[in-house]
Amino acid sequence: MLHLPILRFGQSYESIDKAEIVHHATGEVVALVSQANSGLIVRDLHRTADDVLERFSVVELFALCQRAAELFANANLPCGDSQQSFDDYIRLLSATTGMPVSYCRNNAEKVRRVLAEIDLVVRGLTRGFDLSILDRGYGENAGSMLSYFRAGRRFGVVLPSNSPGVHSLWIPAIALKAPVALKPGREEPWTPLRVIEALSAAGVPREAFGFYPTDHAGSGELLRNVDRGMVFGDTNTTRPWVNDPRIEVHGPGFSKIVLGDDTAEDWEKYLDVIEASIAANGGRSCINASGVWTPRHGWEIAEALAERFAKIEALPAEDPQASVAAFANPRVAEAISVSIDAGLHVEGAIDVTRSRRGTDRLVRRGRLAWLLPTVVRCDDREHPLVNREFLFPFASIVECPTAKMPEAIGPSLVVSAITGDRALQTALMNSPNVDRLNLGPIPTMRIAWDQPHEGNLFELLYRQRAFQTEPAA
Amino acid sequence: MADRVRRAKQRLDAHVRETVAWHFDPATGCPFWLDVASRLDWDPRETIQSYEDLDRFKFFEDEWLRGGPVRQWVPKGLADKPVFVFETGGSTGIPKSRINCEDFRIDYELFSETLSDEAFPKGADWLMLGPSGPRRLRLAVEHLCQHRGGICFCVDLDPRWVTRLIKTGRMELMHEYKDHVVNQGLTILRAHENIRCLFTTPKLLEAICERVSLVKAGIKGVFCGGTQLTAQFHRFAREELLEGKIDFVPTYGNTLMGLACHKPFDPSDNYSVIYYPPSPRASIEVVDPDEPARVVEYGELGRVRLTTLTREFFMPRFLERDEAIRHPPCEAYPWDGAGDVRPFSGFAVPIVEGVY
Repeated sequence: MLHLPILRFGQSYESIDKAEIVHHATGEVVALVSQANSGLIVRDLHRTADDVLERFSVVELFALCQRAAELFANANLPCGDSQQSFDDYIRLLSATTGMPVSYCRNNAEKVRRVLAEIDLVVRGLTRGFDLSILDRGYGENAGSMLSYFRAGRRFGVVLPSNSPGVHSLWIPAIALKAPVALKPGREEPWTPLRVIEALSAAGVPREAFGFYPTDHAGSGELLRNVDRGMVFGDTNTTRPWVNDPRIEVHGPGFSKIVLGDDTAEDWEKYLDVIEASIAANGGRSCINASGVWTPRHGWEIAEALAERFAKIEALPAEDPQASVAAFANPRVAEAISVSIDAGLHVEGAIDVTRSRRGTDRLVRRGRLAWLLPTVVRCDDREHPLVNREFLFPFASIVECPTAKMPEAIGPSLVVSAITGDRALQTALMNSPNVDRLNLGPIPTMRIAWDQPHEGNLFELLYRQRAFQTEPAA
Repeated sequence: MADRVRRAKQRLDAHVRETVAWHFDPATGCPFWLDVASRLDWDPRETIQSYEDLDRFKFFEDEWLRGGPVRQWVPKGLADKPVFVFETGGSTGIPKSRINCEDFRIDYELFSETLSDEAFPKGADWLMLGPSGPRRLRLAVEHLCQHRGGICFCVDLDPRWVTRLIKTGRMELMHEYKDHVVNQGLTILRAHENIRCLFTTPKLLEAICERVSLVKAGIKGVFCGGTQLTAQFHRFAREELLEGKIDFVPTYGNTLMGLACHKPFDPSDNYSVIYYPPSPRASIEVVDPDEPARVVEYGELGRVRLTTLTREFFMPRFLERDEAIRHPPCEAYPWDGAGDVRPFSGFAVPIVEGVY
């Protein structure tokens, strides 16, 4: 049986307490994952060297990341007590998460790209100052003295299982010299482990990596005992950290497509962008749109999307046509479906896809469970299904006067505003509700490395200080 | 071994007869059990001849212990003794109360015999850093220390407040309170050189060891309990927190049952914490949760069922809120044990277990 140990900043550790992770379709145990007790995590965090990456320059770390990109995508790398090829990795990733194999490959490519293009990513985060300033601690940039110090001595991340693409968010910490302590998602230890092994094989010291599969209490202790951290998860998971300035919270995104008065009439032109925003990557990301806001034609947009989504079938993960993920835990799918039905009992919302499809959104086959893409037309922007986000392609379609939209949409990780209306554009630009703004028909899922969103890892890890120097006499 | 097991069982049966005779004798029994007996169509003193015969009673319900009159539990035979009342389960609603005269002292004196003089030296002082208030534990640990010739320093911990903070999501306050408790403990440790022994809970042990090396502080033995102890924690405590140099004695007990001893450390147990009850004064059995009259096979998981058989308290067949794996008798304890004890998973609503 494949066993994945804890990595205690360079040392493998087999715990007595192991969790089984199973194949989503067969229930067969795929691996045993050593679980860290919370005291062990705390102990390690307080005892590991936080300067292990300081002997490298940022540029040297870029080179190591770029070498790791190649290894991540091509090499046989250690995975617990065995060796893992890239194809093994994809197979295991799909097996335990239920994600279609094709999506696993797309996400793995995203991870590879972050490693390969780490210089671009870091320059996006640092907005272009001379990075040797980070090596020396200070230096002149464009005629000004700049000095930064790393406040994130110990950086910890509590990761999700929903989509491997999120690993692109913590990887730059290595290039920014911060050792990382990772708590993987229960069903997704594969990607963080493979990234760690690729970086190690490329020459990053193993002491820079902690890998702590653990329970809820252990996750809490990890975040409590780091200087800076990131947490991914639903509202319940992230709530305790929302007001903690040390922790960057990646909760639900409530990302949206917004149409203006000038474009609502031409909604059909933008259907592809809307569809991709909702359904790409199995609808599992926080940057998937979960709402479409339009001043008019809400009903027609909902119907047209439903017609497209009704064709999507529940297919096995290995099927190249598969576009929705099976759930690793079928009960989660059932609970989500029940929750949507509960919302539909409140007057003013219709599941347009269900009537179009003629079948329920929940599909059960043996151990397998899928949720088929769902579009809900809501008459009222206060309806409980507006601004909801689930782990599958789901969107509510809402009509709202454009003047009210910037405030009414609520906090939104990504807004793709398809409008040339200057007033609406300006209002959205000024709105604190919008974390990343796309102007034009840009899918919410499209990421530009030089445009960090939902926090900035560099700003999380480093602080600028006032600095003067004069040579000693 | 078979012979020792047989003799232990004979001793248990004799003790059952003696205990039942005491509690159901109108001259010595307590009002509660005498009232029960008055409504039975059989006489416990005649019918109950062995431990198995206790199945004739209904399962003991902890609700009976919530609220008064508490004197219904005082055996007439002990009417002239000073009575303590100890509480458990008071995080929500009315706590369960158990009366005590000498039991806590007897339990801990018996337990003392299982401690090594090397790790818990006679005459050494102790620090008791754990649940206090209406709990038995503080007085019991203090008595254990005194029984071994030491003086016990105590720091308060209110587990009900901790549970409330956790339930209401005020984790920062919970950690602040934990630090407050640990700081007091460290102050005492630094100020009194003769402290060699420590009682504390797993979480507090972790927190202390984050701040100080107990080896350097001169501690020889740690007695640990009050909440669930996993095998992984056990290993972590021995290998890392206590640096492989301090004896670690995990315990399982409660106000209702008394105090169980753990099986002496054996590497082949892979750090499983296996407890043995202080037979014949109490027993811990592992039963089928769906058919709690049936004891499961060795190695199987089931719900913990407790029976207490002392002159002060008779509690037959009480289903505890824990589950465990049934273990066979061992060299030190020739009767059944229970290992890997953890909160019972069969409850619909998860219990907020003490994180203290």
